[in-house]
Amino acid sequence: MKKRKSTLPFAGTKEQEAQLMTVIDEHRGDPGALMPVMQKAQDIYGYLPMEVQSMIAKGLGTSIEKVYGVATFYSQFALTPKGRYTISVCLGTACYVKGAQKLVDAITKSLGIGPDECTEDGLFSLEACRCIGACGLAPVMTINDEVYGRLTEKDIDGILAKYKA
Amino acid sequence: MYRSQVLVCGGTGCTSSHSKEIREAFESQIRDKGLDQEVKVVQTGCFGLCALGPIVIVYPEGCFYSRVKEEDVAEIVEEHLLKGRIVKRLVYDETVAEEGHIKSLNETNFYKKQKRVALRNCGVINPEVIDEYIAMDGYQALGKVLTEMTPQEVIQVVKDSGLRGRGGGGFSTGLKWSLAAANEADQKYVCCNADEGDPGAFMDRSVLEGDPHAVLEAMAIAGYAIGASQGYVYVRAEYPIAVHRLQVAIEQAKDYGLLGKNIFGTGFDFDVEVRLGAGAFVCGEETALMTSIEGNRGEPRPRPPYPALKGLFQKPTILNNVETYANIPQIILNGAEWFASMGTEKSKGTKVFALGGKIHNTGLVEIPMGTTLREIIEEIGGGIPGGKKFKAAQTGGPSGGCIPASLIDTPIDYDNLIAIGSMMGSGGLIVMDEDNCMVDIAKFFLEFTVDESCGKCTPCRVGTKRLLELLNKITKGNGTMEDLDKLEELCYYIKENALCGLGQTAPNPVLSTLRYFKDEYIAHVQDKTCPAGVCKSMLKYSINDDKCKRCSLCTRVCPTGAIEGTVKNPHKINTEKCIKCGACKDACKFGAIEIH
Repeated sequence: MKKRKSTLPFAGTKEQEAQLMTVIDEHRGDPGALMPVMQKAQDIYGYLPMEVQSMIAKGLGTSIEKVYGVATFYSQFALTPKGRYTISVCLGTACYVKGAQKLVDAITKSLGIGPDECTEDGLFSLEACRCIGACGLAPVMTINDEVYGRLTEKDIDGILAKYKA
Repeated sequence: MYRSQVLVCGGTGCTSSHSKEIREAFESQIRDKGLDQEVKVVQTGCFGLCALGPIVIVYPEGCFYSRVKEEDVAEIVEEHLLKGRIVKRLVYDETVAEEGHIKSLNETNFYKKQKRVALRNCGVINPEVIDEYIAMDGYQALGKVLTEMTPQEVIQVVKDSGLRGRGGGGFSTGLKWSLAAANEADQKYVCCNADEGDPGAFMDRSVLEGDPHAVLEAMAIAGYAIGASQGYVYVRAEYPIAVHRLQVAIEQAKDYGLLGKNIFGTGFDFDVEVRLGAGAFVCGEETALMTSIEGNRGEPRPRPPYPALKGLFQKPTILNNVETYANIPQIILNGAEWFASMGTEKSKGTKVFALGGKIHNTGLVEIPMGTTLREIIEEIGGGIPGGKKFKAAQTGGPSGGCIPASLIDTPIDYDNLIAIGSMMGSGGLIVMDEDNCMVDIAKFFLEFTVDESCGKCTPCRVGTKRLLELLNKITKGNGTMEDLDKLEELCYYIKENALCGLGQTAPNPVLSTLRYFKDEYIAHVQDKTCPAGVCKSMLKYSINDDKCKRCSLCTRVCPTGAIEGTVKNPHKINTEKCIKCGACKDACKFGAIEIH
């Protein structure tokens, strides 16, 4: 999967850096520490810009190539910042056969963004995800931690309006 | 002692429809009524009937309340818990007998044919309380193994039971253990595959959410059998509830001395650590999963050497799937013969399926091997909604295939599924009706595989991409009969040459649809139509003049102005301008818009 790198300037704070260093210190020497550290780094910064990847590489004594390789391999590592609200439409099989693609189309129509894009005001980003396991509620989407199930494309505008307020 | 227990489902499906708020409402209202010494509220794992969630069951009556809302709680507390009158309007109608009394859940069509082994504690105990697991004979199997059995005896029991890997391949679990046990090493590992990447499958998640200790106990048993002291559970990060409960379970087991050093005073040490996946389907493949735990890009390694010799950190390792482990404590306690008495000749025991798609009773079902697809779909699943016709069932996710209606009486087991061109997979079972286009479904899975191919070997990286291009061409109406031959040839080439199991099985969705639904492919190629009406670029919208009332509503909603006509005059769609968005069809109140 191709990933886009962020073109926005890095805006990390000293506090975030201190948190990251604590995480790195805790994991240094553990076998296979790289991924847990990257996951926590993403929790701290929201995404993994090159600056953060190089701090991790330095802290764990590994190469930036290796960190970048891992970051681009797994779909959960984001190299671009996400919107304040991340809309994630499940495109697992159960949701797909029940019309999840129509939800994506409706969101794209409403917000003007496609999958892996963020609205200009930074409010929404859209992603397609693979099965969150709530197949009984198919088709499903989540906005941050809130789950919306048994949706039709007609529900989309009403749901999005709640977040625009 | 409590006189009544209120069980609230805390699985992902019900949690998504606010079962947590419902549980909290029960707790606070029961307290307000002064019933908190008499009635206990319990959060459980998945009951299985996710279609009716959120689910609440009240014991001792066994009253099954479905689609409960937060507003309903007051009524249940007031009427049922205080006055002893069941709230009939919320009860699942199948559990109400004609005379009006409540029937046992086991008498309903959904549960009648099920046999719960791996799921036996799901929806019964509170997964976050270790004492409830122990009360259900939990950790007894581990005690028996450590104090009464040698590692060889444990392996023999697992071998004799006939248990095969529930993650997909179906390799003998006992044999796998014996291979790792035979290799000498200073350190060995026991891994659990909970990276349920198959879209539309949620069996493993439900086991982890409903009965996490069963998996931990089984891993410790496996550790004793092969001589390992460290276990890893590799679980999807998309499963926050499962991860949380697993971590709670590990902490509690450590506190009780059931994990850690010197378990049961026998000198046996075993520890378990949770590792989170980061969203890569290929990490469900065993060598890729181990590479990922090591902190690398999760690319598969060539086998041999097999993990039994050189697995995680180059040490002998066994990897089993969550559901496989969930069977182990029961096999140890009840014996190999008990387990082998269920199922078919070569597939013993039960299998959990996540039933989804176009079916009434979506949810989690556990059936003895050898149950037919018809029993699962028509009886347990309650058939297809909207009076539509059953077209196919998809098993095995992106590695599996579609089973057509003509084979609905096939008894489900490992070997039968392979013989008809699908596979068991981890247990996703997606039902499709006449509105689903099989070429589109094949395309859907190939899009998935192309996206998830790790890129290490050429047959998978390039081959699947070419397959997808051919499918795109066909669904756009540009395919030729020659393309169908090419498609098939390339499928066999990828199957034979890809490095790992995922690449080798990636063409299965195409092959099985080509085998059973070739007429649909031919319709796309020769007649340039999509019989199910899914493939957009082949659709033609038109207005049925007999049904049209000439209201002109469609002309106003059309975003491209493709519909000509004014009030009281005939309407017509200009197919060159039409973008097939369907807005007119949604707007027309008379069903006059037709799609061909």
